[in-house]
Formats: sequence, structure tokens, C-alpha cells
Amino acid sequence: MQCQLCGKRPAVVHFTEIVNNKKSDHHVCEKCAEERGYHVPLLKSKFSVGDLLAGMVDQSGQGEETKVGRVQCPRCNLVYSEFKESGRLGCSECYTTFRAQLRPLLRRIHGSTKHVGKAPARDSERVALRREVQRLHEDLQRAIEHEEFENAAAIRDRIRAMEAQTSGPAAGGTS
Amino acid sequence: MKLTDQARHLGRWLDGTGPASDVVLSTRVRLARNLKEVTFTHRAREEQLAMVYSSVLSAVRKTPVLATSSALPMRDLSPIDRQFLVERHLISNDLADNGRLRGLLLLPDETVSVMVNEEDHLRLQALASGFQLRSAWESVNAIDDELGQDLDYAFSDELGYLTACPTNAGTGMRASVLIHLPSLVLTRQIGRVLQGITQVGLAVRGFYGEGSQIMGNFFQISNQTTLGQSERETIESLDRVTRQIIDYEQRAREELLKDARVQIEDKVWRAYGTLRHSRVISSQEVINLASAVRFGLSLQIEGLADVKTLNELLIRTQPAHMQLWAGRELEQRERNVLRAEYVRRLLGEDISNAARSN
Repeated sequence: MQCQLCGKRPAVVHFTEIVNNKKSDHHVCEKCAEERGYHVPLLKSKFSVGDLLAGMVDQSGQGEETKVGRVQCPRCNLVYSEFKESGRLGCSECYTTFRAQLRPLLRRIHGSTKHVGKAPARDSERVALRREVQRLHEDLQRAIEHEEFENAAAIRDRIRAMEAQTSGPAAGGTS
Repeated sequence: MKLTDQARHLGRWLDGTGPASDVVLSTRVRLARNLKEVTFTHRAREEQLAMVYSSVLSAVRKTPVLATSSALPMRDLSPIDRQFLVERHLISNDLADNGRLRGLLLLPDETVSVMVNEEDHLRLQALASGFQLRSAWESVNAIDDELGQDLDYAFSDELGYLTACPTNAGTGMRASVLIHLPSLVLTRQIGRVLQGITQVGLAVRGFYGEGSQIMGNFFQISNQTTLGQSERETIESLDRVTRQIIDYEQRAREELLKDARVQIEDKVWRAYGTLRHSRVISSQEVINLASAVRFGLSLQIEGLADVKTLNELLIRTQPAHMQLWAGRELEQRERNVLRAEYVRRLLGEDISNAARSN
């Protein structure tokens, strides 16, 4: 079967697309699939994660390429352009140093930039408290929107009490 | 622990037990962790790696579950020994390749292990036979909690566990199932299934994980993302999708049986016959034939080898295993002859005495 798009090369990517309940079958060659950005599992398995990451990073660094490339981590001396090449960060501090560049990248990889999983035994109490405060803030917002002022006041008191507990040096950032 | 002894035993995760073990060969959950005070492995100096190694070792000795584990520094192992551990799914190619101070902590039954100074300082791994995501997660989670008492992990409230590669940041967890899907391949539905898997945020890889080939209709399905979802949610979603795939496989199997039972039985028995009678055989061919026989088992054809023996065939006929078995290095040609002999003995009438006591 020939590629439906270029009509020249053999079709190697076959998929069914459903748009507004209308089903259509597509048969395209590898090159056209790539150009159209169709995700092809396994076809390109020879790529390493590093290559893929480097590709993703490239899009985000456009414009201020050179300036961003020279940002350096004060702890491990990794330069951002090195990360772009290898896909590996140098130390945990890099996450703080390159925060601005990493956020969009993490969002693209994971669809999120927020950890909601477990915390190390040592940090778990503090993390649980912080999450609870965050949740209460959302409740508070909702209470205000629904004009439940008495409830809102009660939530605010709880938040204040909890924040008094967490207002140590360890709040936020790379602990 | 000597690896030649280890080679004679089969890890508990290969014993063919556990739920859905006719379709799911094994389940694996790994966690990536780093020590806060040390730069990531690829940028650490040798003395820092030594510090990581000794901190992990001392933490492990205080952990009841891991107290009996053996420490295997990669430097002290021959290339064949390292390859053996790769074939056994216990270390990555990356860990095996490098001459730096790296190692593996391993329980004798292979259900739990810790790679030290791989891409991340620690890679904790739980392996289980069959389809057992929750219990594998629980065992690796328990060890992580224990080690976390003693080790100061790099962790941020916002981004979770910080890892060398941002693709692992957050939970640092990769959960996977090694699944056998011959009916979906034969009925040519596999492409659609794989595409569906990637669309729900999961990844498909080959027999030996990242960058490896698809062989013998074995696929490794794992979660792709580590942020925005708790470990439990990730496990649940992989569990749900895997159940669905098992269901697809079973339906495709019924379809096949309805249309072509005798042709399929013929394929299975021919594969079994080849395994039992060949005189020269490559490990790739063993994998493909063992896949066909495994398919026969799932069709409840009587008189074939059991799942455990087939698992043994898959793992123990690989090059480093063959060489440890022979007790010396072997050229590929020699290996192929010896392998055929090994397979014949394993599938012969008196399996337990022949191959295993050698």
C-alpha cells in the first residue's frame, strides 16, 4: 500500500482516527508520519531518552538560546547547554537553578509539575501538613464563592493554626 | 554469594506462579532515589560514589528485609557475571558497562534488589512472578520507607524525588509488566492495542526494557509519567489497562481457536518438537519457540512443558547463563550447540536430575 499523503513511499503507519464520532482510516509512510507529528510507538525505538529530551528542550529554549544556555548551577557547575545535550541534570540543586526552564519541560513530559506521591519518612509529616493547608485554601476559596462566610472564617482559622506549625525554615523549594 | 550458585537457582519471580501467569510473565516496580548531599552519579567524583556506596550499604544492613542481601560491586565481577545479571533483569546494561564504583544489593530469591550508582544513586526494585502490581509496589515501598529513615533523599515538596533525568522526577517510580501477547500479534490487532496503550500515557518496550527489541511476542508495558499522579494511582491505572489487554488477548485467542485450532496446535507442537530435538540453536530461536509453546499452554494443550520450565528456557539459555553453566567462556558456535543440549535436557523426561544437577 502506498502512502496516502505523498503517494510515493510505502505506508508503514496505519491508524484509525475518530473525530466527532466519524471514523477514518489512515495509511502513511514513516516520513510523512513524522512530518505530521503522528506519534509512532516503537518505530523510532533506537532513540534514547536523552535524544528525545534534548529535542523537547530545544523548543523551549528558542529566542534566548545563548543566554539560557550559559546559566550555571552554583553547586555542581552544570551549564544548561550540557543538560540540553545529555538530558541529565547534575545535582538536586539544578532543579532550583533551572526552575524556569524545567517547568515547561516537565509539563510537556508529565502533563503536570506537581508531585502528589509519597514523601520520605523524614519529610512526610511536614509534606502532609503542607498539602492539607493547600487543600484548605481551595475550600476557603469555594466557601467565599458560595458566600458561606461563617464557614470561610472557620477554615481561615484552621489555616492560620496550621501555618503557625509549618512556618519553619523548611517550607517550599528544594528542601 | 557466588554467581555460579545463583545461576543454578531460578529467581522466585520466574517460578511461573502468581495471577494471570499464563499471560503476564512478571511484574516489576522500581523507585529512583538520590542522596541530597551528593551530585548525581554521572557528575560525582569517585570518592563521592564511594561515600554513596557505603552509606547505602550501612542503611541496608539496618533494614530487616535487606539484612541478608549480598553486595556485588561491579568492579569485582567478570564481564560474564555482569551479563548474567543483565539477562536476569537484575541490573541495567548501563550499570554493567561502567567501570566506576557501582554495585548491586540482592536478596537470594531475587525478589528485591538495589542498584547503587546507576543513573541515580539508588534504584530500588521489586520483581514478582505473574501479574502482581500491588504487592510489588508494597514491597518496594516498604524498603524505601526503611532506607529513607537512614538516608537523606533529595526531595522537594513541589517536584517530589529529584532524579538525574527529569523524566523520573516526582515519584521516581517505573512500574511494568512483562506480558505475552501472541494472539493479538497473530490476529494483527497488536498495532491498535499498542497505539491505545501509548495514548493513555503508558509506554511499550521490548523484553529487556528501554531500547530493547520486541522478541517472542513479549512486551513490557510501563507508566510513562511520574508527576501529577500518586504512586497508587499510577499502579491502579497500569493495573486497569493491563487487565484490559489480558482480556483482549483472551478474546483474540478464542477467535483464533474457532477459526484455526488445528493450524495453531500444529505450530505449537512443531515448536515444541524443534526445542526437544534440535542440535544447534540460537537464543533468539529459543525465545521464539518458547513463545509458541507458552501460547500452547495458554490454550490448555496437554503434554507440553510447564510455565516454570518455559521461563527457565527464556532466561537460562541466554549467552552468559550458558557460559556460567559450562564454567568457561564459549564462542557463539559452541554456545549454540551447548544450548541445544541444555534445552533437550531441560525438556527431557527427567528434568530435575539432568540439567539442574550439572
